[in-house]
Amino acid sequence: MSALAVQFLNGLASASALFLVACGLSIIFGVSRIVNFAHGSFYMLGAYLAWTFTRGLGWVGYGPLGFWGGILAAALIVGLIGVLIELVLLRRIYQAPELFQLLATFGVVLVVQDVTMAIWGAQDLLGPRAPGLRGAIDVMGQRFPQYDALLILIGPVVLGLLWLLFNRTRWGTLVRAATADREMVAALGVDQRKLFTSVFFLGTFLAALGGGLQLPREPVQLHMDMAIIADAFVVVVVGGMGSVGGAYLAALLIAQLQAFMLLVPDFEIAGLTISIAKMTLIPSFLVMAVVLIARPYGLLGKAPSHARTQASVEPVVRVTPPLLAKFGFATVAALILLPLIADEYGLMVATEILIFVLMAASLHFMMGPGGMASFGHAAYFGLGAYGAALAAKHFDAPMEAGLVAGPVLATLGGILFGWFCVRLSGVYLAMLTLAFAQIVWSIAFQWVAVTGGDNGVLGVWPSIGKTGFFYLSLALAVVGVLLLRRAIYSPFGYALRGARDSALRADAIGIDVKRVQWTAFAIAASFAGLAGALFAYFKGSVFPTYAAIPKSVDALMMVLLGGVQTISGPLVGAAVYMGLHEQLVRATELWRLVLGIAIIALVLAFPQGIAGFAAKRWAKEDGA
Amino acid sequence: MSVLSVRGLHKSFGGVEAVAGVDFDVAAGEMLALIGPNGAGKTTCFNMLMGQLRPDAGTVSLDGADITGLPPRAIWRRGVGRTFQITATFASMTVAENVQTALMSYRGDLGRFFARAATLHADDAVALLDQVGMADQRDRACGVLAYGDLKRVELAVALANAPRLLLMDEPTAGMAPKERVALMELTGRLARARNIAVLFTEHDMDVVFGQADRVIVLNRGKLIAQGTPAEVRAHKAVRDVYLGGGTMSGGH
Amino acid sequence: MLRVDGLHTYYGRAHILADVSLDAAKGEIVVLLGRNGAGKSTTLKSIMGLVPAAQGAIRFLDRDIAGAPPHEIARLGLGYVPEDRRIFTELTVMENLEVGRQPARDDAPVWTIEKLFAIFPNLAEMRNRPGGKMSGGEQQMLTIARTLMGNPRAILLDEPSEGLAPVIVEQMARTIKALKAEGLTVVLSEQNLHFATMVADRAYIVEKGRIRYSGTMAALAADEAIRLQYLSV
Repeated sequence: MSALAVQFLNGLASASALFLVACGLSIIFGVSRIVNFAHGSFYMLGAYLAWTFTRGLGWVGYGPLGFWGGILAAALIVGLIGVLIELVLLRRIYQAPELFQLLATFGVVLVVQDVTMAIWGAQDLLGPRAPGLRGAIDVMGQRFPQYDALLILIGPVVLGLLWLLFNRTRWGTLVRAATADREMVAALGVDQRKLFTSVFFLGTFLAALGGGLQLPREPVQLHMDMAIIADAFVVVVVGGMGSVGGAYLAALLIAQLQAFMLLVPDFEIAGLTISIAKMTLIPSFLVMAVVLIARPYGLLGKAPSHARTQASVEPVVRVTPPLLAKFGFATVAALILLPLIADEYGLMVATEILIFVLMAASLHFMMGPGGMASFGHAAYFGLGAYGAALAAKHFDAPMEAGLVAGPVLATLGGILFGWFCVRLSGVYLAMLTLAFAQIVWSIAFQWVAVTGGDNGVLGVWPSIGKTGFFYLSLALAVVGVLLLRRAIYSPFGYALRGARDSALRADAIGIDVKRVQWTAFAIAASFAGLAGALFAYFKGSVFPTYAAIPKSVDALMMVLLGGVQTISGPLVGAAVYMGLHEQLVRATELWRLVLGIAIIALVLAFPQGIAGFAAKRWAKEDGA
Repeated sequence: MSVLSVRGLHKSFGGVEAVAGVDFDVAAGEMLALIGPNGAGKTTCFNMLMGQLRPDAGTVSLDGADITGLPPRAIWRRGVGRTFQITATFASMTVAENVQTALMSYRGDLGRFFARAATLHADDAVALLDQVGMADQRDRACGVLAYGDLKRVELAVALANAPRLLLMDEPTAGMAPKERVALMELTGRLARARNIAVLFTEHDMDVVFGQADRVIVLNRGKLIAQGTPAEVRAHKAVRDVYLGGGTMSGGH
Repeated sequence: MLRVDGLHTYYGRAHILADVSLDAAKGEIVVLLGRNGAGKSTTLKSIMGLVPAAQGAIRFLDRDIAGAPPHEIARLGLGYVPEDRRIFTELTVMENLEVGRQPARDDAPVWTIEKLFAIFPNLAEMRNRPGGKMSGGEQQMLTIARTLMGNPRAILLDEPSEGLAPVIVEQMARTIKALKAEGLTVVLSEQNLHFATMVADRAYIVEKGRIRYSGTMAALAADEAIRLQYLSV
């Protein structure tokens, strides 16, 4: 009984930090409509800076002033860094498509990761304990840290202060109005740029404060950013986008579940040890599942008003021009002849590119005609890879069987996750796909008994030679792309595009919008799974990183580079991006930094996307 | 026998009765206009007929069969076409593709992954577009059409399932006066030729009094008058709550 | 007070406004008439800076406001009432009005909450009601009141009668006349000729992005050929 009470209090304490981060994310999204991927990075920076200030700077002493002052100073500085990023980067891309904004903030994530590593190093850092709060209080005979008791109070206090700020000040009223309709607020004489900057400061400040306050509870380390961002996304989706109260409720729910999960003993099913206590993302998944079934827009969220979101009109899908078709045939013919001229390395690069062409085509299928942007497509790639690898490892399955097992597992994943995702749309859907991908990643990472955890599954070798495997990849990529293309031109493809263009109209002519999108989701997942399974045999091993966020971003970059609304675009994008990525990783240790800056530069240079840019150029020449 | 029968329809939001016991019928080939002040419950009423809202009480029946509370898809399958106040078409698809998609849905083709959709029911789509005078624009994207043309595309799409009933929510909103009358004249001709019952809401009194066979008036969730255009126009209560001094109509 | 010269506006490649010129003197009510899609709304949005004008001069109080951001234009005392009302649905009536609040100006009518409630008595009864729970007519009153809270020198009023019941339209006409009586300059776009005739001093007819006619309301009423050609009435 007393153990339960302590876990309950632990949950409350964890909820506070989670709430600070998530509500910052939620507030920033509410006004700017930007899903700030870098929010986890601000959390991490807040923790690192607070570590330095509270330990390294002895001049204010190690007393309460040094500790609390250090945390506060760190949060303020990170807030200012946030303002700088808003002024330099985000302000230029408020009009850009959502996914480009997400990509730009992901560029910031990459940059911050390398910079943080350069400054503080790769090892975990232990923070100081709070002066005067080092003891414990007695809770039904159990010891509970005083500091955690204080954290429990901080959550509701911040919630109350935010409520007053938003409901009792002119600034708050303006922010709420801008959340609903920015342009109208500007037309009424409010300088929305200042409003955005101040909101961004508040959001990043809260994130960094959350990071700093964790200092006495857990070591500071480089994976904090991705770990918290997934949790924060889940909290925001569960609580309702833009709802501060919802974020608190959701943080409470999820932190409580995570705390109580620690009490569940390991158990065995069919000889496999299952340790619920280690799978910390599972409770988030359960909460999300239950909430989204009952309330698709979160506990306190409201359905997004579509009236103010300017629907971009996609171009008509026309018959492939003969020239492009000829070019496609020529490329395939050239690839068939490639083994005659290329060396082993060249063949490997070509095989990898082919695998990612299939991956990009599958993502394009749901993003382009389906209108469902996925920020977690790596989930299905990873499931495909693990499906093949686990079949090989646990059942000695031959490659042929592995190449079936992978896509089957990915399809099952797509069917399960897709059911939830199609209940949302736009950026909400994108956040949810990312959260699901993190769940797949965490299972791969944490279920060591089955997946080998971080060590991965090794020895998944193909039963054919390198040239044979190249031809296999070529055949599967070509057939896969042609099948997806065929589906776009089929009656199903019409229904899918119709559902994207106007769900209202689609519903009124008897199209079951959710079912159509769900089907497309599962199809995209199965082809991504096929790519993943191929990749497993290509590399001979499978690691949790196959399902991690950077892989999802890779896929997204390929599609966006090539252009979402052309069928051939993602194919070109995959080839170009994989080629560049490959060179970059070989060339420099700081490839994240370089890639991050490259992504940011690309978004700043082409805020409408490269294809959009090309289309505009073409239109201008055409019009002249 | 009437195509649409509404009996005792009720809907409340947070204790406020938006629709408080409404009864009416629409006969085949009849144009029935539903008018009333803003906030009278017209949209709520419409959304219940179309399946977007579930009534608290009352029944909606189509050709004698109860369709109360069915989802919009199911109601469409039973032969109800609809147009929206703000046109809803597939902007990235051509005019013909829009109609084809509706035809494919009606004929159960949408589950096919490998068929070529481009030629499927293309002739039937053009025939429907011909009826609304849009056949010559069949290959243009809906996203670039003029507003009045979009309204006609919507009408063609709404006819794709050979409907028994057409529900039109402010069909002429945002159109020029002359276009308004032309669109509803076209609708009236099609309705009589195909024996379709038409229920529409409308704020343009020239359209209402010129094109409707019968008019019903809703105020504060209740029907306060019904009858021919002339009877309704002369109705004292209707003048007070809705028509006003009559300076806003006539002369088109 | 407001003068537009040779305004050109594009949406992508589409040439929406071509060489639009118009002016409004202090205390005058000017109406832009024309069909849907003729370019009336775009003209008002271009003046307000909500749509970038490609070419042309827009002078308000002898200041060139072409290319200025909307909030600066609003702060000069030019109010804008959008055609689709754009009420902040989550905010109460009082909060909606608060968003529009700007300091009083010496040379423009000064509006207080009480004075606005006197003109729009419905609003006074629903101070704490969220904007989303109001009827279309009430929202139309609120959107005008919200813009008046900025104590503007002139207002742009986009299709104030659209989608309203005839009785409400009559009420709207009385409201606009009351604004004129306060000395406010009003530029409105309208399709409803009856409504325009009741409120406006002068009219411009817009068709396909060009000004086709300009003259007093009385002259337009007398010119049946013009009305038939451009307004089909």
